[in-house]
Amino acid sequence: MRADLEIINEWIHPGSRVLDLGCGDGEFLAQLKQDKNVSGYGLEIDHDNLTACVEKGVSVIEKNIDDGLASIGNDSFDTVVMTQALQSMHRPDQIVDEMLRIGRECIVTFPNFAHWRARGYLAFRGKMPVSKFLPYTWYNTPNIHFCTFKDFEELCVDRNIEILERTVVDHTHRHRWWIKLWPNMLGEIAIYRITR
Amino acid sequence: MPAAIPEDSVGLVTPQCLQFDQPLPLSCGRSLDHWELMIETYGELNADASNAILICHALSGHHHAAGYHSMDERKPGWWDSAIGPGKAIDTNRFFVVSLNNLGGCHGSTGPNSNNPDTGKPYGPDFPIMTVQDWVHSQARLADRLGIQQWAAVVGGSLGGMQALQWSITYPDRLRHCVVIASAAKLSAQNIAFNEVARQAISKDPEFHDGHYYEHNIVPRTGLMLARMVGHITYLSDDGMRDKFGRELKDGKLSFDFNPQFEVESYLQYQGERFSSSFDANTYLLMTKALDYFDPAGEHGHNLADALAPATCNFLVVSFTTDWRFSPERSRELVDALVAARKPVSYAEIDAPQGHDAFLIPIPRYMEVFSGYMNRIADALPQSEGGAPNAR
Repeated sequence: MRADLEIINEWIHPGSRVLDLGCGDGEFLAQLKQDKNVSGYGLEIDHDNLTACVEKGVSVIEKNIDDGLASIGNDSFDTVVMTQALQSMHRPDQIVDEMLRIGRECIVTFPNFAHWRARGYLAFRGKMPVSKFLPYTWYNTPNIHFCTFKDFEELCVDRNIEILERTVVDHTHRHRWWIKLWPNMLGEIAIYRITR
Repeated sequence: MPAAIPEDSVGLVTPQCLQFDQPLPLSCGRSLDHWELMIETYGELNADASNAILICHALSGHHHAAGYHSMDERKPGWWDSAIGPGKAIDTNRFFVVSLNNLGGCHGSTGPNSNNPDTGKPYGPDFPIMTVQDWVHSQARLADRLGIQQWAAVVGGSLGGMQALQWSITYPDRLRHCVVIASAAKLSAQNIAFNEVARQAISKDPEFHDGHYYEHNIVPRTGLMLARMVGHITYLSDDGMRDKFGRELKDGKLSFDFNPQFEVESYLQYQGERFSSSFDANTYLLMTKALDYFDPAGEHGHNLADALAPATCNFLVVSFTTDWRFSPERSRELVDALVAARKPVSYAEIDAPQGHDAFLIPIPRYMEVFSGYMNRIADALPQSEGGAPNAR
């Protein structure tokens, strides 16, 4: 399993109800179902991913998250998960609000735009950062709302969102002891568990 | 006529007629004491009868869903694109049962059958059937075939409504429910189209209040009009533009009221062909069954509550240009299933063919459908999977 999903896996309670926004090929939900008897649904718009979910027996619903989650009732889920997609939403703030409305807890992960490599790229080359991990150029990137850990935590304060847990890792989703020294400079990906 | 039976066809098939002598109580309060169902089956039932799939038909459908009745048959069964060896509903693995519903006009007891009380065709006296009545009759059929639990009940359009009703009425008797291009209830607009069709039929002077059999005549004009209206609603604006545009039959306007545009003659042809093969009273009855279907009605219009008894897994599929059974209706169903905490997958297939798309082997549609059905087949007892179909 992807390293970030392993971390998230530990935060999900056995037998709970999970919604995975942008669930990919359904590997994570299939694993949760098998290991923890979790009843989960994924939302996905990529056709191949959707078929892959169906073939795995994962409940998957074709739905664009940007169209909103209004059709899902309050507190329908124990945990709503969104990995590496927040920065590609039209209104990340509204999505987070919606996630917290339909779920008791949410887990979000996103890349840190204040990582030293990104800062250096912009400072010295004067161009929008491009890396192996984020290979797009400014005009074709799906990532239209980059933020930093600080930015996200400010949003949480503004919206009365409680951060239950935060893990900061490198781009391979590994913990490194030195990241803890200056997370907003050294961390590449953050994994937040939040509630309201 | 097929020159040779295609490799992926179930081949030549023979319908059978089953008699039932236990009275079937109906939603309208009446009951059918003796009734018959015309069915076809494809593939083989496995030893523990766990690989059976029920196919529910739509408004103008019948038992002949796949294969050919003879080498002279012009076209295969109505859902041959999805049923056959290696197809989405793989007859090498599943035992497929398809029937003509009660009230139909293809061999099952219906308005054109003789009423044993009068010795004359039922005509308009045939009881109005509901989706629930059909599901009860299909459960009797399952009993007769020794099928305690369907691996899946599958249907498109009105057939999808039956599949959905199965999940509510007989939750223990199906493991999967596949609802394609359907809805949990018709919209006012949809009922309105049905009413136009019914008026066209019942206002035909040859309808004789439904007793046209006794006059040895059929209300052909009415049926034709009904079908023409229906047909327009089964296609999409884009689909009709692509297929017909403003093409003229003879290349020029004739300045009279005869059909000149291709689309006009196409509709007339479809209508005429239909009116010579379908029964007017059956058409009325089938459209009423569509209009009446509303499982949430008995539950304070809360569909999630209505679906509470269901224990099966669901697959819901809709098509982007289908405006008769729009994706919005399917999304409502999916939302209710999620609210009711039922396992459900949903695909919205981009297709220009409108409602008709559910009968067409659109690659992405077939991928999702096959993916779902194969998983059901994979869960069957290994050694006992149905043997390849004999041709």
